[in-house]
Amino acid sequence: MPAGPAMDGTPAIAFEDVSIRFRAPKGGVHTVLRNISLSIAGGTFVAIVGPSGCGKSTLLNVAAGLLEPPDGRTLIFGEPLQGINRHAAYLFQQDALLPWRTVLENVMLGLVFRKVARDQAEPLALRFIERVGLKGFEDRFPHQLSGGMRKRVALAQSWIVGPRILLMDEPFGALDVQTRQIMENELLDLWQESRQTVLFVTHDLEEAIALADRVVVISAGPAARIKGDYEVVLARPRDVAEIRLNPDFTQLYKRIWSDLRDEVRHSYEAGNR
Amino acid sequence: MSAEPREQGEERVARTGGKPLDPRLVLWLQIGFFVLLMGAWEICSRVGWLDPFYFSRPSDIFLKTAAWIYTGFILPHLAVTLLEALLAFIIGTALGVGAGLALARVEILARVFDPYIRILNALPRVILGPIFILWFGLGIASKVALAVTLVFFIVFFNTFQGIREVDPVVRNNARMLQASEHQLLRYVYLPSAMAWIFSSLHTSIGFALVGAVVGEYLGAAEGIGYVVAQAQGVFDTTAVFAGLILTSALVLVIDLGINRLERYLLRWRPGA
Repeated sequence: MPAGPAMDGTPAIAFEDVSIRFRAPKGGVHTVLRNISLSIAGGTFVAIVGPSGCGKSTLLNVAAGLLEPPDGRTLIFGEPLQGINRHAAYLFQQDALLPWRTVLENVMLGLVFRKVARDQAEPLALRFIERVGLKGFEDRFPHQLSGGMRKRVALAQSWIVGPRILLMDEPFGALDVQTRQIMENELLDLWQESRQTVLFVTHDLEEAIALADRVVVISAGPAARIKGDYEVVLARPRDVAEIRLNPDFTQLYKRIWSDLRDEVRHSYEAGNR
Repeated sequence: MSAEPREQGEERVARTGGKPLDPRLVLWLQIGFFVLLMGAWEICSRVGWLDPFYFSRPSDIFLKTAAWIYTGFILPHLAVTLLEALLAFIIGTALGVGAGLALARVEILARVFDPYIRILNALPRVILGPIFILWFGLGIASKVALAVTLVFFIVFFNTFQGIREVDPVVRNNARMLQASEHQLLRYVYLPSAMAWIFSSLHTSIGFALVGAVVGEYLGAAEGIGYVVAQAQGVFDTTAVFAGLILTSALVLVIDLGINRLERYLLRWRPGA
């Protein structure tokens, strides 16, 4: 069962028998996810791992309200989700900043959309920009920043609105290993302070274990389902680089990997066919 | 982490490809080409290889242009043409952006109007000149109308494309940040379309002038096109050429202005 503090027992996110099908380009129907039921307690950091193309991101889009499942339903803090999930912020894998707005304007965006007055929004945005280490870059445009810096802006942009749920789709996938570890630690620091519910999708099992309280393994698609569900009992605060050397980490890695390996091979063979 | 722009100074910089061209050399070659061409034209017309009646000669054209400007004869005509082009540009852009927005955001409109837009766009617009003169008379309205039909389609297609090609990730991100439909339009769709519209600005302002001049040529009492038509009527080749040169000079000046505006407004773009 889920670890971490659950406020009143109502899960932050609950997928109830969710299936997702798309119309295949050559006709017929392509089932991405089949009968997914998953309950995520408030305040926990949950990682979802699975082979590429298994539908992990699709599940995240369901939680975000960007995709409406034809079957099953999603409850957010007990309420059925309709339209965009107003409790959630989303950190995308790709660049999602407005290229025609500066760093400051991008970070403020969520506040501006919520009609927060500029003289309140701006100081707050400046604080968040400083918090992610980008002080002095407020007036830059995204293309003038490195990939890692753009991710920091995106992190500040999603964090500033004070979301109760944070959805992350392989947010650090495009970064080099060093930058990635720094960002992962920063994410943990930020999370440590606010303890939102995080749903973190990745195909990197090490990243999943290092960050999360709970790791959910999804099988290879099509018609992916939940293959395994593991609690990560590792002390916090963690350092993502050091924790990988912890024997408990290695132990857990082996256990989950035996589950995941078959799925990865499956999806690899399907890709080569 | 440092992304500060570095001083370039006289330092040697690494380069790819061959030797860089000296900009001064390029400029001298450009001037040389001009002198050669004009010289050849002048000489050919002086020794009788080119009939000055049909081909005029550079010195005469230059004197004619200078005289027009000096006496002020051409200025009201230039002003009228410019006014027509400007009005057409503004009206055409407004209509183009509006229609582009509507069709890009409302699927049914796009489907219904698709064939009609294709048909209208396929129509050589000059053909509309006579009908506009019948409807709007010989004043500037008919010229503006003709030029609007040219500007509209350029702006329309670019707006439509610009909105259709908004990165879905950027759009979804804005939606997750709880942008309303109106805010999506203002913060996401329009700026994206703006980039497209601006890259087509040179073409659309050029077309605005083409529309105005052609409209005047078909029937008017003032404007550059009218001056050229008059000159043609009395076989004054020199004046035809002078009108031609003034028109291109006008476009060049406007183009330079747009370049600066574009550089400012699209400064968020990589390599801008």
